[in-house]
Amino acid sequence: MVETKRFFFDLPKGSRPTIGKTWKAPASATHVKNFQIYRWDPDAGGNPRIDTYEVDLDTCGPMVLDALIKIKNEVDPTLTFRRSCREGICGSCAVNIDGTNTLSCLKPINAASDKPVKINPLPHMPVVKDLVPDLSLAYAQLRSIQPWLKADTPPPPDSERRQSREERAKLDGLWECILCFCCTTSCPSYWWNGDRYLGPATLLAAYRWISDSRDEATGERLDALKDPFKLYRCHTIMNCTEACPKGLNPAKAIGEIKLQIMEREG
Amino acid sequence: MRDIRNVQMVGRTSDGRLVQRPLSGHLSVYLDFDMIVSVGHRITGCAIAIGTIVLVWFLVATASGEAAYANVSWFLRTPVGYLALFGWTAALWYHFCVGIRHLIWDAGRMYDLPTVRRSRGVILGATVVLTLLTWLIALS
Repeated sequence: MVETKRFFFDLPKGSRPTIGKTWKAPASATHVKNFQIYRWDPDAGGNPRIDTYEVDLDTCGPMVLDALIKIKNEVDPTLTFRRSCREGICGSCAVNIDGTNTLSCLKPINAASDKPVKINPLPHMPVVKDLVPDLSLAYAQLRSIQPWLKADTPPPPDSERRQSREERAKLDGLWECILCFCCTTSCPSYWWNGDRYLGPATLLAAYRWISDSRDEATGERLDALKDPFKLYRCHTIMNCTEACPKGLNPAKAIGEIKLQIMEREG
Repeated sequence: MRDIRNVQMVGRTSDGRLVQRPLSGHLSVYLDFDMIVSVGHRITGCAIAIGTIVLVWFLVATASGEAAYANVSWFLRTPVGYLALFGWTAALWYHFCVGIRHLIWDAGRMYDLPTVRRSRGVILGATVVLTLLTWLIALS
């Protein structure tokens, strides 16, 4: 049942997409753009296929997510994808668009170009259906770094734990992560060693708690990360930072963790 | 993929039967200049290691006498030899330049995207200039 072949550069046979159906735009459409979308349905089984949808941009919103919603509403209700807020804050609609992972709600449709928009699920992930990948391993890895405040000292009575402005500023560029996993699934190191390497999103979250002046488990957190695979599979490829739709810098956060581990060891 | 991720490759149909899930595309869909620069560092690293075998051959030949040296000298002056030497110097300079950027990164600097994009231009430019300079000096 389970394919045990080790595949690095090529997809296993059952995962290679074939050319699927073309869904024509209505004859009245004037400004047609093609969307090539990855489809796989567990009930149908078989190989995934790439369907082409012709969308009239004159009756469609400006973002790639608008086109996906239009297709689902008006053309093919079986098209499956995740979405929620449509404004880049929930992280649900992360997909691979034209070779880069990003949020489809923040990605404008390039109306000036005739080239089709290629939409694939996040790379090197098991596909649940169509554009929906199984992120349960990535979530488990996030849980493993214990992304919450750990402190033995009780908070001051009748008040919150205080931070200076400088201490709070250290968390900027870290707390904004929406856990869309665009970065993690863009990382070749995560593709090849995702079972043991934590991936940029999880390591950015780890660094957010390492940098928090109120957290008292910094040493414990650094010790837990000091591992040839969990942390040091990062080879500063920089795909993560290029992909992040929120403009954050996971590569820098990972670099800072490596520096802090080195300083801690003296 | 012989690891725990295998478990996730099994899904279920609506009526509960097990089904093999596909793996989404990775190298076949992803396009990014940074990952090419990065994998280039690895490839040139391997190339340098292989080139070093030729260097060892050269050194051993110089130590063992005229006939052996004439052999190496003949081989390295064939078109294939020149090409191998040129490739070796280019790989060496590329690996050297990317290596310096890695040192800077390890010191916690130059991670922001504009600098990363600029520095990879500098790396490619410096590789070309240093390689050509090496050959100008070697052949003059």
